[in-house]
Amino acid sequence: MENALRKKARELLQNGEVKVVIGYGFNRRGTHVTPVFITKPEDVDRLVFNPRCVNNLSVYLTRKFKDIRAIGRPAIVAKGCDIKNIVVLIAEAQLKREDVYIIGMACNGMVYRQELWKGELKPEIMPTKCHNCDVRYPHLYDCVIGDKPAFVPPDKPVGMVFDKIKALDKMDSSGRWAFWVEEFSRCIKCYACRQVCSLCYCERCITEKNMPQWIETSAHPKGNLSWNLTRAMHLAGRCTFCGECERSCPVNIPLNLVNKKLIQVTEEAFDFRSGYDEKAHPPMIVFSPDDKENFIK
Amino acid sequence: MSGQIEHKMEETVSGAFEPKIMAFVCNWCTYAGADLAGTSRMEYRPNVRIVKLPCTGRIDPLFIIKAFENGADGVLVSGCHPGDCHYTTGNYHARRRWIGFKSLLEFTGIDMRRLHFSWVSASEAIKWVDLINNVTDEVKRLGPFMEYKGLKP
Repeated sequence: MENALRKKARELLQNGEVKVVIGYGFNRRGTHVTPVFITKPEDVDRLVFNPRCVNNLSVYLTRKFKDIRAIGRPAIVAKGCDIKNIVVLIAEAQLKREDVYIIGMACNGMVYRQELWKGELKPEIMPTKCHNCDVRYPHLYDCVIGDKPAFVPPDKPVGMVFDKIKALDKMDSSGRWAFWVEEFSRCIKCYACRQVCSLCYCERCITEKNMPQWIETSAHPKGNLSWNLTRAMHLAGRCTFCGECERSCPVNIPLNLVNKKLIQVTEEAFDFRSGYDEKAHPPMIVFSPDDKENFIK
Repeated sequence: MSGQIEHKMEETVSGAFEPKIMAFVCNWCTYAGADLAGTSRMEYRPNVRIVKLPCTGRIDPLFIIKAFENGADGVLVSGCHPGDCHYTTGNYHARRRWIGFKSLLEFTGIDMRRLHFSWVSASEAIKWVDLINNVTDEVKRLGPFMEYKGLKP
């Protein structure tokens, strides 16, 4: 699979169809898989693809896209879940389909964190998204590397995130409040969740608007709650559950729970699943006169 | 916005708790409805602080968070009935946003008896009066929003 990827990348760079390949490669000490940018055909052997390629590289198509475009048209190595984010970016007119060459990767699941990798991919170390993945064979691509995986997602979603959401829904509101205040109180406002998210592409984030100061800058429970609620709300109906925010969180706040909850809400209320159709409008910019309003008096 | 609502709990002469209710209303329907209640000399609870906005579509969810942050015990959001929006579709967009935001706040554990949504038209002064009275009484029964006020700034 890696050989096929390298061959394709070499071919693309040699015939000048793309000027840079955004992919995965090992760091210098060989301990972690990191993003690499290949511009010369002789460097393509640095590209790798294995269950440790967890990063969602589509983030390089947003805020950093200016720098990429300065080199030339990019090709991106993307798993199905990363392609979902690219689909949203196209739907939101941040990107044109022809701006990027998508090398889709058939995927058999990733590890939750690279540190968990012990040479074998076991279900216990895979994130919830992989257990329910319906895009192990990419759905939007210019070429696909690898064969169609035999995996079929379960009818009812399974995994820790869903169990935890169910448990939280059963609690009363004071129980949920205590849970979230405790979790959010650890937040240090590093904004890693924002930086790693390819859908948080605002040039100027609401946190940087200080006339008035909408979101308190220092890390205290009040400001943390308002930041985390706002972040979740700005991703409502857009988040594809790639899980990068939770993975990058240095204090392990379970952001996947809020994100998945809002995905469930938009799916139930607007019958919309983000990241599948690049021609469909995101649900929060359109409306239907039939939206349910049983809570409005 | 900060500093306008003081953090200390408001108490009446009798010493009973009086809640602070923030109302975000649209210029064309609910504000006119509240105005009609005023010009008709109707009496209702004085706990409500009205913020007028051009349209319900202008109401950012962050306004509601900010109101709670600055010491509101309850928040009311109100605008034109569906189909009546001065800008044709603002309230439809707002409704979508509220569906998401309400579920999010519910999931975070904020008591939904503190956050109310309603449609009040320019002629519904009586509905406005009843609404404010009901919301005020409900929040009064719940007491001050100590969960939010207790968060360390």
